Amino acid sequence: MEITRSLKFRKSDLTTGDNQINQLTHFSSRIENLPSFQDKMKAATLFPLQPSKLEIFQVNMGKMCNQTCKHCHVDAGPDRKEIMTRQTMEKIITILESSTAHTVDLTGGAPEMNPHFRWFVEELSRLGKKIIVRCNLTIILANKSYHDLPLFFKMHGVHVVSSLPYYDKDKTDRQRGDGVFQDSIKALQMLNEIGYGKINSGFKLDLVYNPAGAFLPGSQAALEKDFKIELKRLFNIEFNSLFAITNMPISRYLDYLIQSGNYEAYMEKLVNAFNPTAAAGVMCRNTVSVSWDGFLYDCDFNQMLELKVDSQNNTHLDQYDEAMLQKRNIVLNQHCFGCTAGAGSSCGGTTS
Amino acid sequence: MSDAYYNPDDLAKFKEIGTFAPDLAQKFFSYYGDVFKDGALSAREKSLIALAVSHAVQCPYCIDAYTVDGLEKGISEKQMMEAVHVAAAIRGGATLIHSVQMMNKSKKLGM
Repeated sequence: MEITRSLKFRKSDLTTGDNQINQLTHFSSRIENLPSFQDKMKAATLFPLQPSKLEIFQVNMGKMCNQTCKHCHVDAGPDRKEIMTRQTMEKIITILESSTAHTVDLTGGAPEMNPHFRWFVEELSRLGKKIIVRCNLTIILANKSYHDLPLFFKMHGVHVVSSLPYYDKDKTDRQRGDGVFQDSIKALQMLNEIGYGKINSGFKLDLVYNPAGAFLPGSQAALEKDFKIELKRLFNIEFNSLFAITNMPISRYLDYLIQSGNYEAYMEKLVNAFNPTAAAGVMCRNTVSVSWDGFLYDCDFNQMLELKVDSQNNTHLDQYDEAMLQKRNIVLNQHCFGCTAGAGSSCGGTTS
Repeated sequence: MSDAYYNPDDLAKFKEIGTFAPDLAQKFFSYYGDVFKDGALSAREKSLIALAVSHAVQCPYCIDAYTVDGLEKGISEKQMMEAVHVAAAIRGGATLIHSVQMMNKSKKLGM
């Protein structure tokens, strides 16, 4: 199987936000002729898009990861060394003491690879925040020091959200790398063994489904039903909910779309599937996203495009002013069509 | 006018079949939409049937459309290929069963 390398490793032009935005807007005349996301939002009376109450603090703890998935919007991988310092985490803890955000969503890379991850989770737990960890599953098997992660998650009531693009090896490994499926299944079984994903256990294990190719996800409910039947039948695995997430045309997925000749058709499909109801429920309205180096963004995707929040002198944890942030206009661009297509897409699945 | 009989861009123009017969097209699309809803068969099962039939009637537009639809519905390539084999088996069987007619005729005419 072809090994995926990070865009940074390959010294790709798409490593910078500006170059990605240039491809999103000027790749070809076909791309240039697409309606702008801003105009679509205006027509839906959703422009300028403004935040609702802040509920979720999404913290990207770094780009370091044990996997190099083909579709990764973070361009994460083992070669990426950018990770959050404990000092930055301390600032987040201080901010969260007086924030309206009730949930902290930890993502990466593999957030567990950050040496201060466990300390951070313990502090968040002490604050009484709901904690989501976006766990890639294979990290649990990566080496002995991670084998007790399921128990650690359980001890702090962590809500585990894990990616699994399909219930067979072929599709999963094509998207996420050789051997990922086998380890993911083992990790899910380990989580199930201690109660995760079991009905009424109180320990939530949700799966994220990303299409393994240049197509959109189908009905979330139908996919969830299918995954539940097949994972139970084939591997005796249970989980709570399945979130169907559209792949965003940025970073490594954008590179894949361009290299495979699917980019223009994919963008047209996203634009044609614009759904105003999904647009009204986009996750950037109740979320603030923090990067490994402490900058503030409307979402993890804007973070990767280096589009900081539009809030003057309030773009870093050092200047954090929640009241002022709540008055900002959310930064939009053509990639936002990824969150408003069909039933909509967010880190929590469909939005309509 | 394209030089080829089949143009992939024409798939997106399916609605244009209503140009000279809008009422009939409207009835067709309404019926089509209802056929593919979840019913006694799931939308997923219907998508697989549509893919198999697309191969049997050799419609490249339908094959494109129901391959994408299948992928979106989480149908694997293995499942899609098995559905195509169902179509192939029926087409092959339909050819072969006529050999009985051939043999009947041959038997009748032969000494």
